Amino acid sequence: MNWSRFFSMGGYAFYVWGSYVIALIVMGGEVVALRQRRKTAAARTDNISPAKQSERL
Amino acid sequence: MKINWYKYASPANFYPVAGKLVPLFGIPAVLLFILGLYVGFFVAPTDFQQGDAYRIIFIHVPAAWMGMMLYVLMAAYAGIGWAFNARLASMMATALSTTGAMFTFLSLATGSLWGKPTWGTWWVWDARMTSTLILLFLYIGFISLQAAIDDPRRADRAGAILALVGVINVPIIYFSVQWWNTLHQGATIRLLNKPTMAPPMLAAMFIMLGACWLYSVAVVLMRLRCIIIEREYEAGRPVLTSARRAQLSRMESV
Repeated sequence: MNWSRFFSMGGYAFYVWGSYVIALIVMGGEVVALRQRRKTAAARTDNISPAKQSERL
Repeated sequence: MKINWYKYASPANFYPVAGKLVPLFGIPAVLLFILGLYVGFFVAPTDFQQGDAYRIIFIHVPAAWMGMMLYVLMAAYAGIGWAFNARLASMMATALSTTGAMFTFLSLATGSLWGKPTWGTWWVWDARMTSTLILLFLYIGFISLQAAIDDPRRADRAGAILALVGVINVPIIYFSVQWWNTLHQGATIRLLNKPTMAPPMLAAMFIMLGACWLYSVAVVLMRLRCIIIEREYEAGRPVLTSARRAQLSRMESV
């Protein structure tokens, strides 16, 4: 396996790797953003007095 | 075992279930992405016409399909939520919209990166690309319309109308390469004809499509969980999160 040939993608390295880097950024970013969003939302909910929450059970 | 399905139509009851489902789809998604990329980059041969530039296909085509399929799914959930006044279905539609928009953006971005070396241009206003751009605008329209309306149930209904009307665009995207003379290549995979692709190329594309499906389910459920806690909080009936439940049981045992 010739790695430098692999990374050069026959001269299309920018386009091929660029596509996969964008995919990694938007998909990974989505997961990270959602984790953060749930943490914030859960923290707000968890701050309510337990009595009020257990009423809902 | 008898499961009371109606119980899980309540957002508060579905919240912990969704949490358990996320890794069941997320972990296989990561494994399939690794397998798909391995087959796509190490098993599939170099294309005799396009060289290695064609390898963009393994993310471009699955992303484009996901963008269309998630739109139809979003419209279906929005329609069910509207017709049956089912809050969880409407929340599901909202959860699907952002991931659908993300995949549509990804298909346009990777298509642009593929178009430059093979067609010599980043963008042309041809039927396939224009209708896909309209799909992205429909997603953005759905998201901004819902964000602009304060009452969540009214936002759900307004979104449902937009989503259902916009469904007409999906077959237009799909058949655009047949109906119009376009720069974009025609369908490589048809229901009745033999695919015009080497088997490892085709395999890598379908593995990546499977990975994108699993990813979508995991991420949409993650977003659904966020929407459930946020909306139930604002409606004055906060969800009891599992972390909070554990904390409360510790407090009781002391």
